[in-house]
Amino acid sequence: MGMTIAEKILSRASSRKQVSPGEIVEAKIDVAMTHDIEGPMVVRGFRELGAKKVWDPSKIVIVFDHQVPANSIDAAMNHIMLREFAAEQKIPNFYDIFEGICHVVVPEKGFALPGRLIVGTDSHTVTYGAFGCLATGIGSTDMVAVFVTGKLWFRVPESAKMVIEGKLPKRVAPKDLILKIIGDVGADGETYRSVEFVGAGMRRISMEGRMTMCNMGVEMGGKAAIVPPDNLTERYLRGRARGGHKPMHADADAKYVEEHTYEVNKLEPQVACPPRVDDVRPVSEVEGVEIDQAFLGTCTNARLEDLIEAAGVLKNRRVSNGVRMLVVPASREVYIEALRRGILSIFAEAGALIESPGCAACLGGHVGVLGPGEVCISSSNRNFRGRMGSPEAKIYLASPATVAASALKGKITDPRDV
Amino acid sequence: MMARAWVFGDDIDTDQIIAGRYLVKLDPRELAKHVMEAADPKFASEVRRGDVIIAGHNFGCGSSRERAPLALKAAGISAVVAESFARIFYRNAVNLGLPVLTCSGASMGFKTGNKVRVGMREGKVHNLSTGKTFKFEPLPDFLLEIVRAGGLLQHMKKRRATSK
Repeated sequence: MGMTIAEKILSRASSRKQVSPGEIVEAKIDVAMTHDIEGPMVVRGFRELGAKKVWDPSKIVIVFDHQVPANSIDAAMNHIMLREFAAEQKIPNFYDIFEGICHVVVPEKGFALPGRLIVGTDSHTVTYGAFGCLATGIGSTDMVAVFVTGKLWFRVPESAKMVIEGKLPKRVAPKDLILKIIGDVGADGETYRSVEFVGAGMRRISMEGRMTMCNMGVEMGGKAAIVPPDNLTERYLRGRARGGHKPMHADADAKYVEEHTYEVNKLEPQVACPPRVDDVRPVSEVEGVEIDQAFLGTCTNARLEDLIEAAGVLKNRRVSNGVRMLVVPASREVYIEALRRGILSIFAEAGALIESPGCAACLGGHVGVLGPGEVCISSSNRNFRGRMGSPEAKIYLASPATVAASALKGKITDPRDV
Repeated sequence: MMARAWVFGDDIDTDQIIAGRYLVKLDPRELAKHVMEAADPKFASEVRRGDVIIAGHNFGCGSSRERAPLALKAAGISAVVAESFARIFYRNAVNLGLPVLTCSGASMGFKTGNKVRVGMREGKVHNLSTGKTFKFEPLPDFLLEIVRAGGLLQHMKKRRATSK
């Protein structure tokens, strides 16, 4: 019987010829990622278990990104704990506060490779599926098991297929497409499933756009989101890939529990309204909502392409009086390139604040925290109540262009109109 | 003391269970002070040991933060009964020894404050205030073993001890 990409990867990693949805398999992990928020919990569990050595230091990646640089004594203590652990266990792939958001750094450094099985202590680990791997989020105790044994149990997921056709219009982004999809299927529409994004339209979407889409796979409950690898994948990986890789593709007779087709030629910019990621409406329905903050950042939408798109809207213009615009490039690589191309000066001249790479305002624990009654338009992935600070604040999710256009006008604005 | 039900709706996300700004804390007792803050500000101060959460669909959606089930457990919650769970929360709860029970219909059959009893062996949740009973899907054996051991670490310790 034919297999989907997720099934092929799990069968390889569990040394079986064939696996089917619902089966429980024990699989070998190719890469295990943790960061400064969950990492200390992993170290604590590792010690509690009385473990002495990690199974394979070269397969572990540690990235500091949530509270960088440390903004409290607690955060600094967590950093110290994890730095000491990395040194003690001789973990070579340790990225301190300088490198950026884990979900951008892991692909940049060439760890996200086609066919791999990757786990991370972060729900947005699904981002790496843009490279044709099976990547999923786990908790810190599961990660202790991985650190000690290199293995983890998985229930083989059912797979669903999203066929993307056509070409996105100008100023309509992969973010708009994934928001549209989430609005249609709902916040638990793909729970436990592996979602494959395929089709001619998908092949036209850049690696950065694919990462944006896979990143939000978890917002519809997905266990994984996967794009079949192609020439664009290989081009991105050239000079980056760490180790060999074998692209995997679904068989022609692979089984999908559901299939949706999206024709994107006429797609409008989309906005997810608070406090639900799946309360998605065309921008025309929410235009005019006044904003206090505009946040361009996060693992969803702060790669170079996103900054270029937003800068295209803001060039030689000023952010509206009274709006705080926050720009946080996703990684050091992105920051340097944006600096070199003059993108950062466009933001600075427009009156935006530019912060160093990290998760920043996304989870309300670092910079750009919202107060009661404030409204933010954000390029991030979650608008849950209290996500960015006060439970009485409101977060609208949108594309980088919509965030920039809204910052310009001081209210939610269609980026095609500015 | 009799366990009481705390009823919540659909899509209770991990930011409502424990907000991101508290994630610098490692101490479960500190986390318990802020548990469910965004969903019900009174919850943390009024919840009692043994109480049960009864919720709708997709409980625990969002982040992989294990401090969500950890905070619930530290606050005294003895089980979460929901129409359905988000997958990372489900694994995390099992790994901490917190029973997570998928139960169709229970969320409509309880009001906050109802007396509740969870019969793990018989696979039923009883509303002692109304006399209604709801069947839940039994946990697969290997997950039940982890829950019974008190979590994955305890389970691994046990297995290591017996293999020595």
